[in-house]
Order: sequence, then C-alpha cells, then structure tokens
Amino acid sequence: MSVKEENIPENEGRRDFLKQGTLFTALALTPVSLLKAAEGKADEKFAELFEQVSLRIKVNGVAHELNVEPRVTLLDLLREQLHLTGTKKGCDHGQCGACTVHIDGTRVNSCLQLAVMNEGKEITTIEGLANNDVLHPMQAAFIKHDGFQCGYCTPGQIMSAVACVREGHAGSKGEIREYMSGNICRCGAYPNIVDAIEEVQKSGVQV
Amino acid sequence: MINFTFVRTTTAKAAVGLVTKEKNARFIAGGTNLVDLMKRGVTAPERLIDINGVPLKQIELAGDVLHIGALASNSAVAEHELVKLHFPLLSLALQAGASQQLRNVATVGGNMMQRTRCGYFYDTTMPCNKRAPGTGCGAITGYNRMHAIFGTSEQCIAVHPSDMCVGLVALDAMVVLAGPKGERKLKFIDFHKLAGTTPEKDNNLLPGEMIIRLEIPLNKVAANSHYVKVRDRASYAFALVSVAAGLQLQGDKIVDVRLAMGGVAHKPWRLLEAEAFLKGKTATEANFKAAAALVMKNAKAYKENAFKLQMAPNTLIEALNLAKSKA
Repeated sequence: MSVKEENIPENEGRRDFLKQGTLFTALALTPVSLLKAAEGKADEKFAELFEQVSLRIKVNGVAHELNVEPRVTLLDLLREQLHLTGTKKGCDHGQCGACTVHIDGTRVNSCLQLAVMNEGKEITTIEGLANNDVLHPMQAAFIKHDGFQCGYCTPGQIMSAVACVREGHAGSKGEIREYMSGNICRCGAYPNIVDAIEEVQKSGVQV
Repeated sequence: MINFTFVRTTTAKAAVGLVTKEKNARFIAGGTNLVDLMKRGVTAPERLIDINGVPLKQIELAGDVLHIGALASNSAVAEHELVKLHFPLLSLALQAGASQQLRNVATVGGNMMQRTRCGYFYDTTMPCNKRAPGTGCGAITGYNRMHAIFGTSEQCIAVHPSDMCVGLVALDAMVVLAGPKGERKLKFIDFHKLAGTTPEKDNNLLPGEMIIRLEIPLNKVAANSHYVKVRDRASYAFALVSVAAGLQLQGDKIVDVRLAMGGVAHKPWRLLEAEAFLKGKTATEANFKAAAALVMKNAKAYKENAFKLQMAPNTLIEALNLAKSKA
C-alpha cells in the first residue's frame, strides 16, 4: 500500500473513487440529450439521468417490488440483483439458450428480455423447479441419462425441456431435436438429453 | 448497452404520439432483435416505447380474410388452428425460423422489422452502408456467402432474414399501419424495399408509423403448399435459400400458383414471372425447371455465394414437387 493511499480515510476514499469511476463510465455511455438535461445540477440529476423504472415481478413464487434501469436484462436482474445464478449467461445474444427461463409458463431467452418489460409477470428459473428437496422429474431424468457433461447449458436445457413436454412438442426423437434446437450443448450431450426428455414424456408424469 | 428511457403504453394512438414526439425513439415489442442490436451498439435509441400493452394479439377470421394482430407471437401464429388450416405455408415458414424460445417472444410486427444478419452490419468496426451510410459495403468484396443474388445494389447486398415474410409475400397479405395521420394499408410485397441508394432503410414505413395487423385473404393453394428451407444445420439457422410454394391444381393443370424465395434478396422475393409462366400449364418437372430458369435469369452471384445459383432453382423445383405431391 502506498503512502498516498494511507492518507485517504479507510474505505471512504476507495468507495468514492469506485463510485465516481462507475459514474463516469456510465456517463460516457449516455446519449448527449440526456447529458444536456443533467448539466448544472449534476448531483441532483444523476438519479433522473439513470432513470429507474418500477417493476413488480414474481420469481419462483416470491413477489419483488424493484426499481431497475431500463437497460437491465431479465437475465442480469435474476443473476446480479436477485442472486439467482442458476440461470446461466452463455452467449448473451439469444443464440445458445443457456439463459432459458419461463415467463408465465412460456420458455424464453432471458438475455433478450428487458426486465422492465415483465411488469406483473411470473418468472420460473431452475431454482424454482424442484419441490424442496425432491427433484423435478426432468432434473431426475437428466441425472439418470447423464444429459450433460460440463453442466453449463443444463439449467437452460432443463427449463426448455420441461416446456417442450408441456407444449406437446416431445412426441418423437425428431420432434424433440427440432423443438430443443434453441439450446446448444458444446459438450455434445444431445443423445442423452433427448433420451431424458423422451422418457419423461412417455412416463406421462405431470411436469 | 447505452442508457435510454422507457415508457409503457396501452394504445396504438398513444404509442404513435410518443414515437413521433421524441427524436430517436423506437417501439419495442418482443425485442429479440432490437435488444441484441442495442447490446452490440448497432443501434442506440434514446427512448423505448413498450407497445406490449396494446391489444393487438388477435388471430381471427373476418369474412374471408384472416386478421393477425401485430403483437401475436410467432409461435402463437404458427400453431393457431386457423393458420394451420388455411395457410399451412405460413405455419411452416414460421416454424422453420429461430427457436421456440425466440418464437414465443418475437411478434409478427417485429419479425417484419428485423434487420439483416449480415456480419458487416453487426460488426461496428466494419464498413456498412446500412448501419452507417456512406462508409461502404464490406460484403461486396468480403465475406458474402450468405448474401443476395437478386436485386442487389452497389451499396448493399444484404438479405432480409425472415422466413415468415417469405410466406406472407406469397400469400398476398396486406399490412395495416397506424401513423400520425391515421391508418393506411400497404400490400405486403410493397412493405419491404430493395437496398438501392438507401440501404439504411429496410422498408417503406413512414416516420412514426406502427404495424397494427396483417390481413391475409383466403386462397385455394393451401392444400398444395410447402415451405422448403436450406440451411447450414438441420434447425435454428438462417436460410441459405428458402422457397414458399403453393399450387391450386385441377387434375394436373395449374390453376393458380404462389412462389416466393428467401435468403436471396434485400426483401422477400416474390416470383411473379415464374407464376405467370406456370399458370395454365401442367404441373410437370419440365415446367417447374423452365419456371426456375426464368427466375434465375436475373441472378448475380458474388465471390462466395455462387453456389446459390444452383441451390435456388433446385430448391424451387423441390418445393414445387413437394407442394404438388401433397394432393
């Protein structure tokens, strides 16, 4: 630690510095017209500048009343603000399916959803699938059939698989492959994933 | 993603008012393309107007015309009984596009508004007349395997990426728009435009206009229609070439025919000349080949997409054969 830094009151200096740094980075990314609106009374205007939109959302049965920046994606809200890190960030561009969650029961890529567009919606993530300590049938089937290797795509695969069966799109191996094509597995566990889904579908168990 | 402000709205009138009032404001519906473009810095609206609260999700018959609201999701349309019954072509085209997760969110209006997937358009370090007019076209002399062979310009050879739109242009759909001066209707074939000297514009929407619904007249080609999509993998990839084909047959005679191609032009490419040629003729392989030759007459390939000069006519013939064999 340098002498100069020791002169700065513990914590405060560093925190302010970090705060400022973040603020300047954010400012650099802010459209000119918004910046103009904030000229002058900078301190008071910062809150307005980074407009927060109120958001009521239910995640895995728990209601949240939040204020979020419009640019926050549902994926980042889940992971960074609600600390539900089961939902994975793969490509972050809607190409890999690792971020798949259910919104009002429908599977979607959470990375391409602005969180603020989900006012009043019910989100289910991989954390909300099991019944306390009892695994969801699809989770159990993935384990039984070894439907993964590294496991990074698995939460998205399972959320997508549950929806695939519910939608009635798991009637054959071919149909499963087509309707699971939005979930990429770079380890190539596809045959086992298809087997797991097929077994759950054929068992007729409620998913 | 660059900061922006956000407002929710529940009527088309309010939405049009808001988007007209603000500079650089955009509608957002599903957002599956727009959010991606914003993340990559390809586009940076200062205000987003969330139109999801506007009641435009209807899929219903009005006499002999099917109305589809602009906010109906791609999966809802693809799997709707009326669509599967009267316009199987549209259902097949929709199901050939994207993944179920994306189709669940992507809307009909958003599908029409999606931008090209040309790599130079997406890469903000590259020249692109569509993204940054006047910077040049990286694709013409660069990597152009996915690019257009019809109606290209000196400024842009990008293709429109939609499957749904290929089906719609074949089905003689109409587009109902709401704008600052009220509603107007546009033929679907006139909605998208060629790149020409204004590649930054994908379509003929006027400032402030919002897509309200599609109107598709019932036709007699439903029983013998098919959508064939050729792509780099079996599912979840953009088309190299796709063909929408519909035949109305009387025995072996072609009474009516609809043909459109995707992955080959800056807009969904209706094949009117080939249709005129086939009408009244017999549905034979020889006539299908002659029609395909007519289509390819004006094709122009670039360094890496010359394979499309063979793939396009082959796909067209395949689609016609498959449509015919459905009888």
